[in-house]
Amino acid sequence: MEDSTSPKREKANQDPREAGQPWEEVTAASSQGLESGLSEPLELEQGLETGPQPRSPPQSPQSRASIPLDDLTGPGASYPPSPPQEASYTPSPPALARQDLAVPWPSDKTTSVNPEAGTPHFHHLEQSSDKGESTASHTFQSEGSTFRQSQQTKHHLYGPEDVNYNNSKQKELRFNIFQDEDSNSNYDLDYAEPGVSELAPSMLEITIQSAKAYLQKTSSKSGLNLYDHLSDMLAKVLDERPENAVDIIESISQDVKMGHFRKKLDTLQNENEMLPTYEIAEKQRALFLQGNLEGADQELEDEIAENALPNVMESAFYFEQAGVGLGTDETYRIFLALKQLTDTHPIQRCRFWGKILGLEMNYIVAEVEFREGEDEEDVEEEDVTEERDDADSEADEDDEDQLPRTFYKTPQAIPKEENRTGANKYVYFVCNEPGRPWVKLPSVMPAQIVTARKIKKFFTGRLDAPIISYPPFPGNESNYLRAQIARISAGTHVSPLGFYQFGEEEGEEEEEVEGRRDSFEENPDFEGIQVIDLVESLSNWVHHVQHILSQGRCNWFNPIQKSEEEEEEEDEEKEEEKGEEPDYTEQEVGPPLLTPISEDLEIQNIPPWTTRLSSNLIPQYAVAVLRSNLWPGAYAFSNGKKFENFYIGWGHKYSPDNYTPPALPPVYQEYPSGAELTEMDDPTVEEEQAFRAAQEAAVLSAEENEETEEDEEEDDYDQE
Amino acid sequence: MDAESLLLSLELASGSGQGLSPDRRASLLTSLLLVKRDYRYDRVLFWGRILGLVADYYIAQGLSEDQLAPRKTLYSLNCMEWSLLPPATEEMMAQTSVVKGRFMGDPSHEYEHTELQKINEGGKVFEEEVVVQIKEETRLVSIIDQIDKAVAIIPRGALFKTPFGPIHVNRTFEGLSLSEAKKLSSYFHFREPVQLKNKTLLEKADLDPSLDFMDSLEHDIPKERKSLGASSDFHYWS
Repeated sequence: MEDSTSPKREKANQDPREAGQPWEEVTAASSQGLESGLSEPLELEQGLETGPQPRSPPQSPQSRASIPLDDLTGPGASYPPSPPQEASYTPSPPALARQDLAVPWPSDKTTSVNPEAGTPHFHHLEQSSDKGESTASHTFQSEGSTFRQSQQTKHHLYGPEDVNYNNSKQKELRFNIFQDEDSNSNYDLDYAEPGVSELAPSMLEITIQSAKAYLQKTSSKSGLNLYDHLSDMLAKVLDERPENAVDIIESISQDVKMGHFRKKLDTLQNENEMLPTYEIAEKQRALFLQGNLEGADQELEDEIAENALPNVMESAFYFEQAGVGLGTDETYRIFLALKQLTDTHPIQRCRFWGKILGLEMNYIVAEVEFREGEDEEDVEEEDVTEERDDADSEADEDDEDQLPRTFYKTPQAIPKEENRTGANKYVYFVCNEPGRPWVKLPSVMPAQIVTARKIKKFFTGRLDAPIISYPPFPGNESNYLRAQIARISAGTHVSPLGFYQFGEEEGEEEEEVEGRRDSFEENPDFEGIQVIDLVESLSNWVHHVQHILSQGRCNWFNPIQKSEEEEEEEDEEKEEEKGEEPDYTEQEVGPPLLTPISEDLEIQNIPPWTTRLSSNLIPQYAVAVLRSNLWPGAYAFSNGKKFENFYIGWGHKYSPDNYTPPALPPVYQEYPSGAELTEMDDPTVEEEQAFRAAQEAAVLSAEENEETEEDEEEDDYDQE
Repeated sequence: MDAESLLLSLELASGSGQGLSPDRRASLLTSLLLVKRDYRYDRVLFWGRILGLVADYYIAQGLSEDQLAPRKTLYSLNCMEWSLLPPATEEMMAQTSVVKGRFMGDPSHEYEHTELQKINEGGKVFEEEVVVQIKEETRLVSIIDQIDKAVAIIPRGALFKTPFGPIHVNRTFEGLSLSEAKKLSSYFHFREPVQLKNKTLLEKADLDPSLDFMDSLEHDIPKERKSLGASSDFHYWS
């Protein structure tokens, strides 16, 4: 044991200085016994000795001033007849050390009986071994007890708890040392028994000192030492007083260590942590402030009069009854964001459409209808695409080669529907979070809807993300989002029967053109439907959004007529191709507007809608809740008079089977092998000779054998 | 989500649109407490809701002292009366894997599945159509088990392994830091580890045995497919 020898040497050096301490301990302990004034068994014994004790504090300053050795002898002489406890305090250093040993055992007992009572004694015990700290605390205690109460150190300020933990730890350590150290410890233990020779206590003390020195060794890695760490830990335990501290001592230890590794402030620059939540909070702040910006009362009144803002909170309340929704605070933020939208755009009608979930971010979708002054961005976009088509066709025409050009013509692009009609009836704005800017989605093209029906993609949350899919999707994620919104709206926007009726005046002209009614208006005479009826019968709900045909439009567009006008030549070919389809001119028809949802198609024996009463316990105030099984996440409620539709989900349609990618397009058959492709065999010699013979015969018959030889030769050359 | 902090968890999960109506919430708070008392569970988790065509299943799970021990699953249709589900077996899973489509909402509903079975009769092999009846309760058990095994996750450090083996809730868990919360490796599957044994020694070197005793998410098959949401507790909504 290297440790055991070297600290001993240190001890020897320190001895003269330490020699004075035992005495101080005496004074301190006794004075403390007075201070604490605790009336516990041991204290009582001390309290009985109050006679001698008051004398010791006055002596202590003097004694410290004088030579230690004198003091050591002095007290010993002064109190010879004191009772066991006191007697152990008084004698010369060796005896004192023995007393240190003697005290712990009784004090242990007292602690086990009553922990608080033991504190002064522990203090005493600790002081015997704890040189550095104990000297300080002793001096101050003795001083404090006599004169300067105010001049208390940190040690003192810790109060009994600090002493307590130091002490208990010390005790624990001591036992550990005794057990761990090999031969020396046994030796020490023998001598540790009270009443053995007077040299033994010093050995014990040395062992304790060495153990303590070991504990105070600073780690080269962290710069901490176990001694301080344990005291910090126990301080933490005693400060926080957790239940079952022994069970979580590991984590407490870890916490204390972590506490030492706080980032130190750099002298050059303070790093400000920029959390992403700060950023969004800053943006959302604008939502809450916008109300204050407009001060003018008149404007406010006007706005309220022609307010396009929907009552989001009211419908959110009803949806919450149904168990759907976003939570109160998020709904309110969206409410504010919609207010921002209606304030900044010429919007006639606005609706909270729903939320589409994404992998990185989500989309909050608002459905709006502009006032008359709608922007013309879409028109420009359309022109661009058309120009591109023209450029392609021109490029084809430039090839004035005799070589055959491709007969394949790209299928005729079906034009998109005009704004405010069909699938483009409404304009959709999306944003990722309430507070971020609203982005207007482009109008939907039929081709996008057609393709979107064949694919199933997760949204990423970035509008410019590419959509990579097998049938190539014409557009990026914003177009796909728009197409899904159109499909969901067409499938799941329903209203109670009678709430809407067909517009009589405006609608008729369009109807004649399209052959269908596609406009409706609110029925002013709507009287409401009983909630029970809405739950029990699906025929009380009707679609109020047009069905999207398989063509990708709501209103039929005849692609054939146009092609005839443009190119007459290819009519025949087209007819051949289309000939297989029975009646290509017959327009495709879906269910008309305001069709009851009871006529919706079933999905493999699964009803497309589920109705529910929001509360079975209080049915009289419940609302009817409609849930789409075709589009998981689409809900509608109605309380008889009011209704609302809402979608929240991944934007995917339900199918009982897993998604299967669409079949590959048919492989184009090659040109049938016919007369145009096959060639004759080369003429054989016999044929040529026969041919020549025939020619000769003809020539001969014509020219009557004149210059026959020359002709033959010429013919040979020609044929070769 | 823990039954005792149900409201907080519901609030956090509401961003995905799923919630409970006020009467359901109130009744769950009441009845789960009673479940915990009657079945003597250490913890009761509200597992989630499975939507049915006619009615919805509300699922709760009871945990014993050891958090990773097999869990007891209960279901309820009205959030007040709870019935215990039998434990899932491999056989059930094979049996119910043929059933697709939506749940009915009636535990006694029987799905009919016709399959071809080969029957040996005197050396001749016939193929006969056999109608197999599958109870919805069986399917419910199997589905819950599959979901649990696949996507029940907890953050790293929320549970710790005691020296004696059982796994306890870590009371000193203070959440994940921002950088850790974005990493898949700081989330674990809430089930017995499967892949952990297959790891190489090099990979195991960095693991903390008291914390890293479960499979982390980072090795899940479709990478990048799991998007990290805000809620750390696990739940499932159909």
